[in-house]
Amino acid sequence: MSEAFLFPSDEWVKEFCRRLNENKAYEEAAKEWEGDFLFIVTPDGGLDREYVFYVDLWHGKCRKAELIKSREEKKTAYIFEGPYSNWKKLIQGQLDPIIAIMTRKFKLTGDMPKVVRSAKAAKELVLTASKVPTQFK
Amino acid sequence: MWYFYSPQAIVFGRDALEHLESLEAGKVLIVTDSNLEKLGMVEVVAKHIEKTGAAIQVYDGVEPEPSIRIAEEGAKMAVEFQPDLIVALGGGSCIDSAKAIWVLYERPDLKLEEVNPFMKLNLRKKAKLVAIPTTSGTGSEVTWAMVITDEKRKVKMEIASREIIPDIAIVDPNLTRTLPPRLTAETAMDALTHAIEAYTVQWKNDFSDGLALKAIQLIMENVKKAYQNGEDMEAREKLHNAATIAGLAFSNSQIGAVHALAHSFGAVFKVPHATCVSIFLPYLMEYNLPAASKHYAEIADYLGIEAETQEEKAKALIERIKRLEEELEIPKSISELGISHEQLNEKLDEIIAKAYESIGTTVNPREPTAENYRKILQHAYKGEKIDF
Repeated sequence: MSEAFLFPSDEWVKEFCRRLNENKAYEEAAKEWEGDFLFIVTPDGGLDREYVFYVDLWHGKCRKAELIKSREEKKTAYIFEGPYSNWKKLIQGQLDPIIAIMTRKFKLTGDMPKVVRSAKAAKELVLTASKVPTQFK
Repeated sequence: MWYFYSPQAIVFGRDALEHLESLEAGKVLIVTDSNLEKLGMVEVVAKHIEKTGAAIQVYDGVEPEPSIRIAEEGAKMAVEFQPDLIVALGGGSCIDSAKAIWVLYERPDLKLEEVNPFMKLNLRKKAKLVAIPTTSGTGSEVTWAMVITDEKRKVKMEIASREIIPDIAIVDPNLTRTLPPRLTAETAMDALTHAIEAYTVQWKNDFSDGLALKAIQLIMENVKKAYQNGEDMEAREKLHNAATIAGLAFSNSQIGAVHALAHSFGAVFKVPHATCVSIFLPYLMEYNLPAASKHYAEIADYLGIEAETQEEKAKALIERIKRLEEELEIPKSISELGISHEQLNEKLDEIIAKAYESIGTTVNPREPTAENYRKILQHAYKGEKIDF
């Protein structure tokens, strides 16, 4: 059995980034994408503090991904934010990313029309996350 | 968690237009096209509204596959006239234009391309929207989407917001009596596609499923009758209801890859939406077969199509639809549209890139890769069966 990565952690997001760079479907769907993200996991259901990932996505590739100290540390084009319990559902494939935003389980800020046109890329992002062997806190 | 949205009321049946006489409004802007004005339909609608004592202005500048320019022009008239009710009269182009005009009238601070399902528009501060379809296809009278062409980018923007759903839909089949056979057939195929995609996409749900099945049944049973005899008002009425029901179905689930491809192809080659959808439906159904055979078989069961296995039922449904399109004399391939193979090849990348911008690609039962789309278009050009 392959190694499981603790979520949320720096190791998890780096593995996510590595797998994203191997995902040809993502590369194809996101080839026009320019814009970095903060992925924010807010505390609930066993998580006692906020975790913030910085993920730099550029033309179908993940250029950088890391766990950072706080949401103030980096200013990004997009912020994708939701409670830990919903992140779990997303990673486990129980939530569609677009539906999750439309039903306000996640909040997304940034250039929304661009995001709407990139639904396929968003879905590949989440599919990749669901393939990271994950152990939850 | 998910939602089911529909207008406050759907008034349907022959003489449903009379409902206009009970509306309370001081100023009414009718958004339509010049053809309907010439056909006297605007006058018919206006006569009903006049009984309320409301002042009426008509914007009849809507063109097929409406653009941002049309929306801005109509919104300018709305700003000057200050209506408290907008009445959309026409096919999908008129209803979508009315939605766009309404948004720009209420929110002059916004650009249409900025509207998205995640933002609050706060509409209905100035006006409400009543939609009256004169074709049996688009379903726009009950949906929270509009398709507006960005002429500069050559893109049909699929703009969605739950707030742009009309307040009332008036579904009166008398308005479709003079619809020519070609338009009757192709718009019905658009509605059929709405229903089939609603029943098979990844976002299908219990609420949309029943509507989709009923719409499919009504269309399959009545389109040929209405095509062959436009005066068959029973068939017209069933088709008109079916288009609205299909609209409710896909608006509360989603469109799929037929629409994704039709929007991109239509924008690039300026081919009417219903024509594109009619051509692409059988090809995409064949492509979707590995992922959607269960749902196709369920539709076949509902229609009483007999076959042994799930796979055979699904294939029999596709054959039934192909046969129907033959009977309706619908073009079977892209080449029949007068587009050369060279022209198609030149635009392939652009069409595929734009199809990728559609949510229909993402929620299609079998998610097409760019290579898949390329092959589908090549097969659709030559009229070849999809076998990959």
